[in-house]
Amino acid sequence: MLNDPKNYKENVKAYQPKLPYVTNCLNAFWVGGSICLIGQVIQTFYMNIFHFSKQTAGNPTVATLILISALMTGFGIYDKIAKFAGAGTIVPVTGFANSITSSALEHKSEGIVLGIATNLFQLAGEVIVFGVVSAAVLGIVRLFIEQVF
Amino acid sequence: MSKINRQTWRFNHSIYLGATGTAVGPLEARGPLSGNFDKEFEHLDCGEKSWAKAEQSLMRRAISFCLAKAGKAEGDIDLFLAGDLMDQTVTSNFIAREHRVPFLGMFGACSTSMETLAASAQLVDSGFADNVLCAVSSHNATAERQFRYPTEYGGPTKLTQTFTVTGAGAAIVTKEPGKVRVSEATIGRVIDWGIDDASNLGTAMAPAAADTIWTHFQDTGRKPEDYDLIVTGDLSSVGAPILDELLLEKGMDITNVHQDCGTMIYTPDQPVNAGGSGCACSAVVTYGYLYNRLAEKSLNRVLVVATGALLNSSTPKEKETIPCIAHAVLLESVKEGAES
Repeated sequence: MLNDPKNYKENVKAYQPKLPYVTNCLNAFWVGGSICLIGQVIQTFYMNIFHFSKQTAGNPTVATLILISALMTGFGIYDKIAKFAGAGTIVPVTGFANSITSSALEHKSEGIVLGIATNLFQLAGEVIVFGVVSAAVLGIVRLFIEQVF
Repeated sequence: MSKINRQTWRFNHSIYLGATGTAVGPLEARGPLSGNFDKEFEHLDCGEKSWAKAEQSLMRRAISFCLAKAGKAEGDIDLFLAGDLMDQTVTSNFIAREHRVPFLGMFGACSTSMETLAASAQLVDSGFADNVLCAVSSHNATAERQFRYPTEYGGPTKLTQTFTVTGAGAAIVTKEPGKVRVSEATIGRVIDWGIDDASNLGTAMAPAAADTIWTHFQDTGRKPEDYDLIVTGDLSSVGAPILDELLLEKGMDITNVHQDCGTMIYTPDQPVNAGGSGCACSAVVTYGYLYNRLAEKSLNRVLVVATGALLNSSTPKEKETIPCIAHAVLLESVKEGAES
C-alpha cells in the first residue's frame, strides 16, 4: 500500500532501482588499481632516471599525478571516467586534485580572490579537516601507548 | 472564469497559446524530440562566458522566437511571468530587465512552467491582460553548481538521480485565436510524504502529482481515457511508475495515457540516470513537441502536470524532508471552424 503518507518512505523502497554493487566494486578496483600502477611507473621513473631514493621519489610522483588529474579535469575527461569508476577515481590523490580543480573552474566567473580562492577547498575541505583531526588523535593515542608500555 | 471546487479553474473565454518558443542544449538536441525545438545549441555554454549567461541566452532565444512567431513586439505584451531554478530566480530577473514589460517573477521549482502558464491564462481570462508572455529556463551546469557539485567534479551519481535539462521555453497567452487552447488548470497543494533524499526527487514528487491528477479528475468529472495524453514534468523512470501505482491503488488507471517529459526528452542510452528534470524539462517538451502535435491535431487533449520539489541546497543537509507540488494545465487542439 503506497497511499500511506506515514510509511511511504519505507513502502516505496520496492520501487527503487537496485545498485549493481558487484560491477561497481570491480570497476572501482581495476580503475583505481590502474591509477596506482601509473603512480608506481612514475615513481620508478623518478628513481631510475633522476636518482631519487624510494622515500624522496614520493613527492614528485604525487605532484605528477595531481598535474595529470588537474589537466584531465580541465579537458573534461576526469568526470567521465569517474562516472564509470566511482570510488576508483575518488580515493586516489587524483580524486582530491579533481575536487580542487573542478571547484576552481566552477567559481572562476566570481573572480580569483572571492571565487577561486574562497571555493577551492569547497569539496576537499572535509578531507583535510578529518585528515588533520584523525592524524592528531591517532598521534596522541600512539604517544599514550608508547608511554604506558 | 469559473472555479470548480477548490483547485480547478475552467476559463470562461477561449484562451490560446498564441505562439511558443524553445531553446535547448546539445544533449537535448541529440534526444528523440530533436527537431521540435526552435534553437538547438551545439555547446553547453551556448557561446557565453559563464553558465549563468548561457542560461540567460537560452531564455532570451526562446522569447525572441516566441515573439517572432506570434508577430508581436515587446509593446504588445502586457505582462511577463517567468521563473527558473536559480537563487532568487536571477535568470528571469535579468531577462526581464532587457524588456520594458511589467514583470511578475514566479517560483515553483520545476513546476514553474505550468504555474506561469496557468497564471497567465487566468490573467488573460479575467481581462487584466490581453497578451501575457510566460517563460522558464533551467541549465544543467547552473543547477549542478547550485544544488550538487561543480560541473567537472567526478563524484558518484545515484541511479535515482535526474539530469537537469538545459533549455528554455516561452509562450504567449492570448484571446486571439490560435491552434492550441488552454482550457483548464488545476493548482496543486504542497505534499510532503517524508522523502529526504535530494537525489531521489521522482519518488518525493510522485504523491504530489497523484494528488493533483486525482483532484483534476474529481473536479472535472472526466476519466483518464478522455485524454490523449497525461504528461508529468520530471518524475523520471523512478517516479513515473510510483505515480501510476498510487493512482491504481485508488482505482484510477492512467498507465495507458501517462508519459513523463523526463523520459521523453532523452534516449535510454544517454547518460542521464533516471531521466531529465528542471523547469525546462516540461517546458520544452510542452512548448516544443506537444504544441506541434496539438497544432497538427495528432493529439487533441493533453494534461500537462508539471512537478516541483520545493527545496534548496541546504534543507536536505538540515534533515528536512522535501515538500513537493504539481500544477496541471489542460491543453486542447482547436477544432476547425471553432469560434472563440
